Amino acid sequence: MTEEQLHDVRLTVNGAAHQVRVPARRLLSDCLRHDVRLTGTHVGCEHGVCGACTVLVDGTPARSCLILAVTADGLDITTVEGLTEADGSLSPVQQAFEDCHGLQCGFCTPGFLTTITAGLRRKPDPTEAEAREMIGGNLCRCTGYQNIVRSVLRAAEIARARGSGS
Amino acid sequence: MKPPPFGYARPESVSEALSTLASLGPDGKVLAGGQSLLPLLSMRLAAPHHLVDVNRLAELSYVTVDADRVRVGALARHSRVLADAPAQAAQPLLAQALRLVAHATIRNRGTTVGSIVHADPSGEMTAVLSLLGGWVLVASSSGRRTVAAGEFFLGPLESAVRPGELAIEACFPVLPAGAGTAFVEVARRHGDYAVCGVAALVEVDDDGGVRTARAAYLSVAPTPLVLDLTADVGASGDFANGAASARERVDPEADIHATADYRRHLAGVLTERALRDAYRAALGRR
Amino acid sequence: MTRMFGEPVTRVEDDRLLRGHGAYLDDLGHDALACAFVRSPHAHADVLDVDVTGALDVDGLVAIYTYEDLPGRLAEPLPLLIPHPALTHGRTQYALARGVVNHVGEPVVMVVARDRYLAEDAAERIIVTYRPLPAVVGIPAARAAEHLVHPDVPGNVAANLVQAVGDVESALAGAAHLLELDLSIERSASTPMEGRGVLARWDPESHRLRMWTSTQTSTGVRAAVAAKLGLALVDVDVITPDVGGGFGVKIMHPWPEELLAPWAAMLLGRPVKFVEDRREHFISSAHERAQQHHVRVGFDNDGHVLGLDVRFWHDHGAYIPYGLIVPIITSTQLLGPYKPGAYRVEFDSLYTNTLMVTPYRGAGRPQGVFVMERTMDAIAAFLGLDRALVRERNFIRPDEMPYDHGLMFQDGRPLIYDSGDYPASLEKLKKLVGWDEFEHVRDAARADGRRVGIGLACYVEGTGVGPYEGGHVVVETTGKVKVATGLTTQGQGHQTVFAQIVADELGVPMADVEVVTGDTRRFGYAVGTFASRAAVMSGSAIALAARAARAKALKVAAEALEVDAGDLEIVDGIVRVVGSPGAAISLGTVAVLSNPLRYAFDDAAKAATQFAVGDVSKPPVAEDDEPGVEGRGFFSPMQSTFASGMHAVVVETDPDTAEIKILRYCVVHDCGRLINPRIVEGQIHGGVAQGVGGALYERMVYDEAGQLQNASFMDFLMPYVSEVPERVEIDHLETPSPLNPLGIKGAGEAGVIPGAAAIASAIQDAEGFAITAMPISPSDLFELRRRHERAARANGGSHERSTAE
Repeated sequence: MTEEQLHDVRLTVNGAAHQVRVPARRLLSDCLRHDVRLTGTHVGCEHGVCGACTVLVDGTPARSCLILAVTADGLDITTVEGLTEADGSLSPVQQAFEDCHGLQCGFCTPGFLTTITAGLRRKPDPTEAEAREMIGGNLCRCTGYQNIVRSVLRAAEIARARGSGS
Repeated sequence: MKPPPFGYARPESVSEALSTLASLGPDGKVLAGGQSLLPLLSMRLAAPHHLVDVNRLAELSYVTVDADRVRVGALARHSRVLADAPAQAAQPLLAQALRLVAHATIRNRGTTVGSIVHADPSGEMTAVLSLLGGWVLVASSSGRRTVAAGEFFLGPLESAVRPGELAIEACFPVLPAGAGTAFVEVARRHGDYAVCGVAALVEVDDDGGVRTARAAYLSVAPTPLVLDLTADVGASGDFANGAASARERVDPEADIHATADYRRHLAGVLTERALRDAYRAALGRR
Repeated sequence: MTRMFGEPVTRVEDDRLLRGHGAYLDDLGHDALACAFVRSPHAHADVLDVDVTGALDVDGLVAIYTYEDLPGRLAEPLPLLIPHPALTHGRTQYALARGVVNHVGEPVVMVVARDRYLAEDAAERIIVTYRPLPAVVGIPAARAAEHLVHPDVPGNVAANLVQAVGDVESALAGAAHLLELDLSIERSASTPMEGRGVLARWDPESHRLRMWTSTQTSTGVRAAVAAKLGLALVDVDVITPDVGGGFGVKIMHPWPEELLAPWAAMLLGRPVKFVEDRREHFISSAHERAQQHHVRVGFDNDGHVLGLDVRFWHDHGAYIPYGLIVPIITSTQLLGPYKPGAYRVEFDSLYTNTLMVTPYRGAGRPQGVFVMERTMDAIAAFLGLDRALVRERNFIRPDEMPYDHGLMFQDGRPLIYDSGDYPASLEKLKKLVGWDEFEHVRDAARADGRRVGIGLACYVEGTGVGPYEGGHVVVETTGKVKVATGLTTQGQGHQTVFAQIVADELGVPMADVEVVTGDTRRFGYAVGTFASRAAVMSGSAIALAARAARAKALKVAAEALEVDAGDLEIVDGIVRVVGSPGAAISLGTVAVLSNPLRYAFDDAAKAATQFAVGDVSKPPVAEDDEPGVEGRGFFSPMQSTFASGMHAVVVETDPDTAEIKILRYCVVHDCGRLINPRIVEGQIHGGVAQGVGGALYERMVYDEAGQLQNASFMDFLMPYVSEVPERVEIDHLETPSPLNPLGIKGAGEAGVIPGAAAIASAIQDAEGFAITAMPISPSDLFELRRRHERAARANGGSHERSTAE
């Protein structure tokens, strides 16, 4: 059996350019984890339901397990590794999770962090109901969500205090 | 769960896409949002020979409001349609339904046209297109054709789009004055496929009497079911009677989430709620 | 210095995880070969032939293995981990199917390839010929035994076990009232967000195997792998990476893949990694919960239970490697905080052609509590008494502690409750939820056309089961304290909680303490993380180890400072004379001093040379002493320590759509002293979510042919945020445990145990008829309503509150 055809894919991930050669069927989630070697994005189901693989594509949350790497060619991807501040400190969302015990095993967390980061950019001052809606599509088995909702509201607070948008 | 191997083309223009699809014939499968197709590929429930990735066709990402219709291009993501204020104003049912499609993250990639072509009887947008009497513009290298909603859904997950063709636009008639819409559904979890869902459209006279009442149903039939409940509702707006009629006319199946009788019961309950909400909206739009 | 024990300290794990720098199994071993498996599509079938020819030319294929390739002990059935005298017909699977498959998902062929995509391609091309056999699915079919899962297991009964205290038949015969109930709970599962995974590296030069596995017991895996692969224990390292949740399913070991991956790594001379996908997790890991119960209860006019007879049937799937732990826990923990007079419990553990059953958070307690609490509600309804009052009347009193039930618990030790104050817990709960005032809430809602109800449920949980855990604490010459324990972590914050203990015991800043769990290289004796035991067992062992290290540090410092050890204290890592700030040495320096091999390799060592070298009339290291400042401790309790709790739930049911909404969720919880209240609260939140899931959403649906209908997250309904209560109101009670040095009890499973029972109780209160099966969906509720309406009409329109089926 012949080898699969490989495609050149250029991805900008967290501001850095990456060039990979992958088969068309390579999922973006696997590409990020195993080709670009950023393993912060996790894979929980590969059918788009759990949200652990959520990254930002041109700033918008998307399931990386439902995107082919070839489709993502030329796009701007942000993963959890790209959320920290320029000086290396935790972003408001990351800090909020630490303050509020918003994670336990941490496996679902990257998907929440990217989703909430984008969510707060669009809605910097959410109500509790809006915070719930923001995280409504991500599964967590450890926390029971109570502290994750608190983390969203706390992140908004921290961002306001820091005077930044996200 | 990894997809099987497939050929891959990523045309840069609609004409390139059409000629690629023509040459591939039954071997070609369009990849747009991918939110329905990718899970099927990863679970190896589908093994298309060749994917034609249309995500570069930016010219198809429009949402345009004409005098009588809202035109949604093939590459308009659900989130784009949902956020389009003119489209919402022209046809409120679009946003009412889109809000219930999966979760926001899925809506960021999934396309409205794609979900219509996917022809899932549990899909909100298939019901919307059917209820409104919309149509789909289908293109191929040999020309274009229009397929009305009534002829578009051939069976569960089967649409009238033929091999070599690309659905490039879905058209939704605008909502006239004196008409109102509503969408209600019951799902097991927020964002899940509906156990039962009802989209309703009610038109009223100037005096508030009901002129027409129609409803489309999710998850109770293999294709979207549209019922004309005008006679059952009457000018006086006997929505309970409309609900009773709906209950008799739907023939749902049981699955692991609900019995057939429960679905039938919900069809009645939700018909009444949807008609009432649509009626109230119609009064406000006279 | 602030005391750390009891403080809601921020977790030390978080910074790394939040940055995306976690190291879960699939983050490791980028150079490893990948595995995929051909798994049985049939629930029960003979395997007639395996034809691999179609797979042989797949690019990147490295190897294909079937049962015939397995050597020696690897070809034997997998271990029956927990034998029991009653388990007379225990059957376990082979690492790869040997001639027959007994559930959908059973591994038949192993494929190793360059990556997972190619491995799946090859697996898809392998043609296995099966001859399907009749499948036994569900408890009724297993009991009827028209067909057998294993041909040599009559009646599909792996075990029958009776435990009894007192004469239950006389008690029932003499009781003023008798009720019978049939209750059932459906199958569910742990479903952590991360599935199973194994990475194996074999080093032929040192003849050593190093494995990483997403497990709850690295020592268990190590022992099994060494035994099955014929390796010495000292030549096998098992390291637990970051684990994305366990909830019980990862205590099971060795998985076939945990043996096959290292075996293949040895054969192929290349690292081998297996990472299961979500579908595999559904069909080849493990499930739990499915039981059917028949209860007979005799009680007096005041609701005192005089005799309780429970007969139940436990569906343990196709194999029973974890033994009878789950049904034994059901049998014993069913009693909860009550003293029921005479008690008899009998169960059959039954084979079915479905996935095997091993513990899932709660481990048989949710079922037992469901049964006991529905029974309490039934008694209350029968007598027209308040449901809380009936429970209260049956409580074991605080002055009756320790209370011996006269039964044998899951650890092979007597079921003796050591501590607990159930009346006080109930008072707190009633106050928290407004139990006595709820009638007004219900009436006001009814006036509005709304239907609400309140329910409660109580449980007792044996935590901190043995046999033991151990801890090691060593102070390095830098002053940093390195701590190790053998059990594992799946998100419980052990690195933080154990550091809190050491910080207090040793007198050092938390920032100087680093904890490693689940790495056999760092600590080789352990049991594992399960049964809410880690804090109790390893916490206590680590405390003992820290105390030993402290004593050693004080001894060395006392000699150096020429004072009495009793005059010394350790504060912020400095050993000093109490009340005399001048005379002090840092712990790091003490560590240098403790080791007579004293080269001045850094500043600390240089500083140490100002002190006396030691008494030349004695050897540098005394006969009963050792170098270094370290301590090793083991904690092995006489028995479990019993935590307890009570939940109260307010639900609203929609009169039209039958949708069920939780309006309030209240928890009163006693896990003894709390090391880190925020972590305990997080554990409760997570458990409550799983309890809600189990009550309203989650069930594994097998069809008659043994096909799992909902083997994906689309159709197996784990709760999103929208399905859990908006708030979990928690009040704590602390009755310290007398059984361990820290006075703590386990907290990991508390949130989930009474969930189904409390929610059923509330729905029953809202609807007016008995809820006897869980989970319950709106469709189920709709059908129940119709059934009761029909029955009420048949009874001439009288609306009877019947609670017995």
